Amino acid sequence: MKKSGKITAISGNMITVEFAESVSQNEVGYVVANQQRLKSEVIRINQNTVSMQVFEDTKGIKVGDKVEFSGEMISVELGPGLLGQVYDGLQNPLHDLAKEFGVFLPRGKQLEAVDSKKKWHFRPKENIKGKKVSAGQPLGYVEEGIFKHFIFVPFSAKGDLTVEEISSEGDYKVKDKIAVLGNQSGNKIKVTMVANWPVKVPISAYTQKFTPQESLVTKMRILDTFFPVAKGGTYCIPGPFGSGKTVLQQLISRYADVDVVVLAACGERAGEVVETLKEFPKLKDPRTGRSLMERTIVICNTSSMPVAARDASVYTAATLGEYYRQMGLNVLLLADSTSRWAQAMREISGRLEEIPGEEAYPAYLESRIAEFYERAGQVQLPFDKKGSLTIGGTVSPAGGNFDEPVTQSTLKVVGAFHGLSRDRANARKYPSVDPLQSWSRYQTPLDKNKVQKAKDVLTKGDEVDQMMKVVGEEGTSIDDYQVYLKAEFLDAVYLQQNGFNPVDAATGIKRQTYVFDKIFSILDVKFSFSDKDQARKMFYKLRSLFIDWNYTEQGSDKYENLEKEIDQFLSSQKQKEEGE
Amino acid sequence: MRKVHSKILSIIGNVITVKAKDVSYQELAEVRSSRGKSLAQVIKVDGDLVSLQVFAGSRGISTNDQVIFLGYPMKVSFSEDMLGRVFDGSGRPRDKGPSLTENTIEISGPTVNPVKRTIPERMIRTNIPMIDVFNSLVVSQKLPIFSISGEPYNELLARIALQAEADMIILGGIGLKHDQYLFFKNKLEEGGALSRSVFFVHTASDPVVEGLMIPDLCLAVAEKFALENKDVLVLLSDMTNFADALKEIAITMEQVPSNRGYPGDLYSQLAKRYEKAVEFEDAGSITVLSVTTMPGDDVTHPVPDNTGYITEGQFYLRGGSIAPFGSLSRLKQQVNDKTRKDHRAIMDGMIQLYAQYRDTEEKRSMGFRMSSWDKKLLKYGKLFESEMMDLAVNIPLEKALDNGWQILSDCFEPEETSFRSDLIKEFWPNGKS
Repeated sequence: MKKSGKITAISGNMITVEFAESVSQNEVGYVVANQQRLKSEVIRINQNTVSMQVFEDTKGIKVGDKVEFSGEMISVELGPGLLGQVYDGLQNPLHDLAKEFGVFLPRGKQLEAVDSKKKWHFRPKENIKGKKVSAGQPLGYVEEGIFKHFIFVPFSAKGDLTVEEISSEGDYKVKDKIAVLGNQSGNKIKVTMVANWPVKVPISAYTQKFTPQESLVTKMRILDTFFPVAKGGTYCIPGPFGSGKTVLQQLISRYADVDVVVLAACGERAGEVVETLKEFPKLKDPRTGRSLMERTIVICNTSSMPVAARDASVYTAATLGEYYRQMGLNVLLLADSTSRWAQAMREISGRLEEIPGEEAYPAYLESRIAEFYERAGQVQLPFDKKGSLTIGGTVSPAGGNFDEPVTQSTLKVVGAFHGLSRDRANARKYPSVDPLQSWSRYQTPLDKNKVQKAKDVLTKGDEVDQMMKVVGEEGTSIDDYQVYLKAEFLDAVYLQQNGFNPVDAATGIKRQTYVFDKIFSILDVKFSFSDKDQARKMFYKLRSLFIDWNYTEQGSDKYENLEKEIDQFLSSQKQKEEGE
Repeated sequence: MRKVHSKILSIIGNVITVKAKDVSYQELAEVRSSRGKSLAQVIKVDGDLVSLQVFAGSRGISTNDQVIFLGYPMKVSFSEDMLGRVFDGSGRPRDKGPSLTENTIEISGPTVNPVKRTIPERMIRTNIPMIDVFNSLVVSQKLPIFSISGEPYNELLARIALQAEADMIILGGIGLKHDQYLFFKNKLEEGGALSRSVFFVHTASDPVVEGLMIPDLCLAVAEKFALENKDVLVLLSDMTNFADALKEIAITMEQVPSNRGYPGDLYSQLAKRYEKAVEFEDAGSITVLSVTTMPGDDVTHPVPDNTGYITEGQFYLRGGSIAPFGSLSRLKQQVNDKTRKDHRAIMDGMIQLYAQYRDTEEKRSMGFRMSSWDKKLLKYGKLFESEMMDLAVNIPLEKALDNGWQILSDCFEPEETSFRSDLIKEFWPNGKS
């Protein structure tokens, strides 16, 4: 007989339930109403009543309806077959739901997240029988796409265990017994290929967490060169609406140099997810030549789906990311948008009638955000591999003002800040990352000093630009004007990148280094122009040459020719000066 | 026989509280007072205390008036008979026709499974150059018109509606002024579209709460028609009034406000409505055009701000025309490469030149000397405003593109523009270049 309780009050997606025996914090319960079972979670316990958030529409629920407690926290299923899937915030597979229930998302229906009928070819680790093992060590693997998907000693196992039984190589379903482990007190643990893990608890089966140092190449020049991200690091992208946050995240999810991408579409437009869903299967992963979808997991809890599940979705995504990290892979989690997650917290907090903090966000907003980003990291696994989980979150600040609680709480904990600006977006300068405002604590893979000098050019160029707005072009000295043109040039040919052009959309680190050095050699020279017209003409010419160059494939004839043209143009300019 | 409750415990704002058992969340009730009958909806249940929002407002309700719970949530009748009819915010007829009670459907139903959506790729032609050329509208798009009060936003909505060739038009008026309602009606009648239109109208003189149901009613009916393979256009004017009604109820219910008094769930509430815009994989579509008036022309006000994060772009209506900057259709890339090969080039090129004109205009007003290039830009800017931006211009996309080339050739030499040479060869008007 399962424990149960009775509903005593309903307000929005929050219910109050009276219970007799015991319940635990964050326990899952099911509201039984109108032949449906609505999943919900305990979020506050007060004497003999609990407050629970319901993950579905609460329409039609009555006082007196029964709630069955499950004794478990919200958890996800971890096993082979997660890659390529599209889940909602509670790991309900959306494709399967569509097959079974049609166009609309049904209420109170849960399907299995990992197909229990599919067979996988399991290969045990050699000579593992009788060996001592501990949590997070592999017992064998199955092939999932291009990856070795390890089957682990359960992450929750304590101390040393002995492998007493192990299945021989062959095809198994995920719930078939793969191994039996014995612990020191003589208990036996049965291991299958699928395991449950509570989403709000980080997987900690690793021996050491490193400082993030290795660059994670996004192939966005402005990010990799100026505001880099490191494997196992964290970054955030705040920006007002229309500044291109989602497009930037989509480009990174396509081109970033990682093994697995987990996309958490949290409270955003369904249309944008659809683009990913329909296009990723057709796009090729440049590293493997296989479909991009095979390295992607989409967690999709769009804005019209229930709010409480939105809160769970970021944790679900983080847990799936950590799971693939445990296999020694580099995983990138992109959360779009963390503000919607924070708003979900605010809604729930409001229903609980908690004392509100700034802008009515709960007082624990900051610690929740910190906890989430802390799940990132590069770790030493309990076998001879390292794995990393990198987390990038977009922030949608109200009114585009970064001085608001979610942005500020996020900035305190992330390693890089890619602030998007509406001005740059309006001027169609994409990606609209503001080079004067953004920062990164990670090492650029390029020459540090040169990058710093280039940043100085941008700052000075902006100062001249501001001044010119007051005194006009006539009142600006030719030297200042040159700095302004250099900044504009750097911006146009290097910081801006055309996401719609197949070549320009992604620039690898080798090409970045090469192009940056060439640009730097121009920034570093002080030209002596006779007048501003001449200066402007030269930089405009250079700009169009470089943009053409950016659009051509490296190593092609056209690429070589354009480079020659650029070099000739530059040396002719220098000669002219020497002649003068 | 339904039980009659005749003791109202409290009346605060438009929310009444009664003691009742066996009531379900969001159930409807009928309140009978000396002023007549009104529908009310359960918005909170706490033990046996039930709070209801009364659609007709609480004015004149007495503590011993009758409350009868109906046992079902808000529904609306759905049939072909609705066409050409006008209903109010409770779904009752507003015209003199009979009330419809058959074939009722639930409102505010479940969300469409994202995997069942398709990537939209059909353009809606409006014959307004600022839309067709620069920010093409796409079937299944959700797009608000941001403007201050007093701009001709309803005129623009009506024009798009008539031009759009949708199978069905559903107009939702929230706090609509009576003359604006008549305006819509007359316009659609003149355009011969009344017989494929349904109106749900809440006017400014009706109780505020009644406006809350309008978007849900419109979208529920639209969804049914869309599932029957119709392309439905939903017009909502004005969503700021809807947000204000939400605010009023939230404050009455003593919810903690988040920003300028609006409830913390404003984003979710708006998204729940706008996200109904959809193109089904194997049925029709819903396109949502709305008006969001910006108090004080402030785009950072919570209503336009939250709306902007939800919708797929926005049109700014300023000084009687659609502003070229800030206005954005996020879906235009899906369609504007399939129209004519110069479409994208004209779209980008003309806007860039107009941006330069704005800079020059600023310099001129500050008294800087005008170069010959500046003078060209000034001429261009004026032509652009009169031939492209003016809402009176009513021409198909192709004609608008041709006009664009004409304006360019009237003002500039081909090499002064940044157009690709093959386009100039093909489209630059002869004899001038």
